[in-house]
Amino acid sequence: MNMLDIIGPAMVGPSSSHTAGAVRIGRIAKKLMAEKITEAKILLHGSFLATGKGHGTDRALVAGLLGMDVDDDRIRVSFEVAKQEGLSFSFGSIMLPDAHPNSVKLYLTGESGKKLEVVASSVGGGRILVNEIDGLTANFSGDYPTLIVHNQDQPGHVAEVTSMLSHKSVNIATMQLYRDGRGGKAVMVVECDQEVPEEGIRWLEHAEGVLKVTYLSLA
Amino acid sequence: MYASLEELCCEAEEKNCALWELVLRDDMQQRGVSRRESFEATKKLYLTMKKADEDYEKELLSHSGLVGGDGEKIAKARREGWLYCGDFIGHVMETAVKMGESNACMKKIVAAPTAGSCGVMPAVLLNLQREKGFTDDRMTEAMFVAAGIGGVIANRAFLAGASGGCQAEIGSASAMAAGAAAYLAGGDARKIATAAALALKSLLGLACDPVAGLVEVPCVKRNVIGSVNALTAADMAMAGISSRIPPDEVIDAMKSIGICMPTCLKETGTGGLAATPTGERIREEMD
Repeated sequence: MNMLDIIGPAMVGPSSSHTAGAVRIGRIAKKLMAEKITEAKILLHGSFLATGKGHGTDRALVAGLLGMDVDDDRIRVSFEVAKQEGLSFSFGSIMLPDAHPNSVKLYLTGESGKKLEVVASSVGGGRILVNEIDGLTANFSGDYPTLIVHNQDQPGHVAEVTSMLSHKSVNIATMQLYRDGRGGKAVMVVECDQEVPEEGIRWLEHAEGVLKVTYLSLA
Repeated sequence: MYASLEELCCEAEEKNCALWELVLRDDMQQRGVSRRESFEATKKLYLTMKKADEDYEKELLSHSGLVGGDGEKIAKARREGWLYCGDFIGHVMETAVKMGESNACMKKIVAAPTAGSCGVMPAVLLNLQREKGFTDDRMTEAMFVAAGIGGVIANRAFLAGASGGCQAEIGSASAMAAGAAAYLAGGDARKIATAAALALKSLLGLACDPVAGLVEVPCVKRNVIGSVNALTAADMAMAGISSRIPPDEVIDAMKSIGICMPTCLKETGTGGLAATPTGERIREEMD
């Protein structure tokens, strides 16, 4: 939190958690997708489900998926904008075990056919956490350029990623490792102080044992 | 951000430096920005508040239909000239309600410190500027003062209703606006801190009990008491009244009260006004 969070941000109301946070979740999902989203299935959990309509959470999520920021005057009419821009969306409910009350699960399809599944929560004051990507744990705030690498759980992948980052002079802010089981699928979530160059990401995508690379660019 | 108002006051006295200047320097360091960038970003937030006030739409209703059009009613009464509170406070009430309504109607506001309390700072600042003719740069300095106070509250306690009840939102907004108003009246760091303490003391214990969990009832109208309370606190501080409990201890008291508060009074929409028969009925009608 910095000074501008205290006397700001400028945002479309009514709620920093249920509106601004929801816009940020959609926006970060759009950035993770890195292409135009054509289809979105949006499943609301907890308080997002219970009081979401009154807070415009539904319109805020769609606005974010269209790439709008929290102070965009079109958030209120985002459903109409989605129609014009060719994003079809649907809403449903879900019970996510142990999730924060303000959580949502997104099933997204991009214009190239690319798929992405995201579970994220709005944790207060407009700040968010991405909890899951494609079914695997990932805890990050979206405040940093973030690299998410899904790979086979085998020796050497962490070294590959960190040496690539070191080669590109990218400093690691935080790093988390998860796996679904020994020798199964693993995920690395790396928050960085600098943007990761595109060729570094391309190189990782072609590394053996790497299943998928997702990158959140703040540029 | 500073951890104590006492520290801010002492530093201002030692360095013979305005409180707002210390907050600006701290922001430059924290965000790694130039003096100009820090000042302009803050000024932009102030100008956004002004724009949000101008953009009020009296015909709009919130999604629930509970909120809308009341700011215009105050404006009409003020123009007719019969308000007990007079023209100036009438303006303050009007700005506070209008901003709260704009927020509930999904219009752009400045969350200072939160969306629910977004009416307090503009109600105090915009009307002091209109009344006294301060420049936008002077108002920006007052914004830094408010940010400094809010930063200390965030560090020592909380700014979210879910963490500490409405005292953390409207109470903090009122303390921030009171300090800013004292600064605009020529108050030094001590007077600013005193104004903030007097404002917060008067709103300690305020519960966050929104009907149907929405930022509408009672949030919109509580912006009025936050604003008026800020002005009376600034006036008391400038008249030489002190807070018998030091400002930092008042903030600590707000925290301890917030911790003691039951969950049903912390933005869950399950206690207080939300749990009245009418509050319950409104919630049921919305489902």
